[in-house]
Amino acid sequence: MESIIEGFRRAFLLIFNLDAELLGIIFLSLKVSGLALIIATVIGLLVGAHMSFRQFPLKGMIISIMNTFMGLPPVVVGLFLYLILSRSGPLGFMSLLYTPSAMVTAQSILAFPIVVSLCHSAILSVDPIIKQSSRTLGATPFQVTTTIMKEARYGIMSGVIAAFGRVMAEVGAILIVGGNIAGYTRVMTTTIALETDKGNFELALALGIILLTISLVINLGLHLVQRKGTVRR
Amino acid sequence: MGLSLTASNISKSYNGKVVLTDCSYSFNTSGIYILMGPNGSGKSTFLRICALLEEPDCGEVKFFSETTQSLTRGGGLKKDISLKRRITLLLPKIGIFNTNVFNNVAYGLKIRGMRSIEVEDKIHKALELVGLTDKKNQNALSLSSGETQRLGIARALVIEPDVLFLDEPTASLDPRSTTIIEETILNIKKDNRLTIIMVTHNIFQAKRLADRVLFMYDGRIVDHGLNKDFFEKPKDERAYRFITGQMVY
Repeated sequence: MESIIEGFRRAFLLIFNLDAELLGIIFLSLKVSGLALIIATVIGLLVGAHMSFRQFPLKGMIISIMNTFMGLPPVVVGLFLYLILSRSGPLGFMSLLYTPSAMVTAQSILAFPIVVSLCHSAILSVDPIIKQSSRTLGATPFQVTTTIMKEARYGIMSGVIAAFGRVMAEVGAILIVGGNIAGYTRVMTTTIALETDKGNFELALALGIILLTISLVINLGLHLVQRKGTVRR
Repeated sequence: MGLSLTASNISKSYNGKVVLTDCSYSFNTSGIYILMGPNGSGKSTFLRICALLEEPDCGEVKFFSETTQSLTRGGGLKKDISLKRRITLLLPKIGIFNTNVFNNVAYGLKIRGMRSIEVEDKIHKALELVGLTDKKNQNALSLSSGETQRLGIARALVIEPDVLFLDEPTASLDPRSTTIIEETILNIKKDNRLTIIMVTHNIFQAKRLADRVLFMYDGRIVDHGLNKDFFEKPKDERAYRFITGQMVY
């Protein structure tokens, strides 16, 4: 028990002293997950909107696949990406393995189905009367689409926030494709795993506290977005 | 007069069920036209086709400007946006956007490329007309049914249409809200530029508002005439039974 309390004490000291190593790890985590989220959101929104507004062959199957992939095991994504990016893999010539770019790619793959599925659901949940109303007010087909997207904004934002929560907490995929190289590809979750293995709990706990705080902020954001989207008479 | 329209030989079926058969009528003068008839007589479908929200199976809807220039649609519903922007339809259920009352009314103007600063005056006038000025900053989804309906009218009027289509605008409202809506409709009629085409199966409302009445039965326009003529001496037996409350439907 004493060692745990001591661990927390040192962890808080690291946080309050703004330890350079700690800040570097946090910054890289936010950079990797942030970039992954931007990529997944841009592509995911386009795909989600396309799936909602257009009819095309195998649409139902693609929706089912996307829903299934929302729960993709990160280690499996990491393994497949490793095989593709390793020297003998089809993209080995790009030398991306054990780089932040590989980690961004892995997290984008994990976030993408979440953004697509939740964006698709959010658009479908918009009352069909909105489409007719905007048409009767003189909207062009493109304006009708943007109006529906705007009405779905809170659902879409919920999807993006949920995807951010998923990639921030993820460890399996980035550990495999990033390699956990100190000062280069070491992020919060991989550091916690490593430092726990080494019995060095102070850094692990400090990062754990920060990760929990980020998680709390994300969930508070999600709650606020969902509350704002619900208007009661 | 801004715009008149002629519907010629309109027919429409849904999944093999005939809803409209060979309906023709020319809405030539401004004023209030009431489409009346029992449930399932095809009033709303005819209104939606005239409002260019749906395509007929056969027949056509032609619009004419004051210079009698034909504004017939060419190339389907998607290509006639300039014409569609001169008319508007208020559906029985108003699609309210999840934003405040002001932005809801501003929608039609903004999609026409007008900036917020340009539209403010118009919006205030429209809100004043329907008595919603004090609610302009309130989220429109929190309005009551009557207020929502009035918002729908403000949103339609602010774009200054030449033809305003109303599909049972008071169907689910209490008497007080119904009176407010009717007063608003009579107020906008004073403008004398606007053609209002409205569906209702409320006989008393039709009597109060109509300049002309069209009576539909079983997908056809079976009787029409000026308000007084229609209600005092209907030419069609079914119209007579309907307005005297003898029709069971």
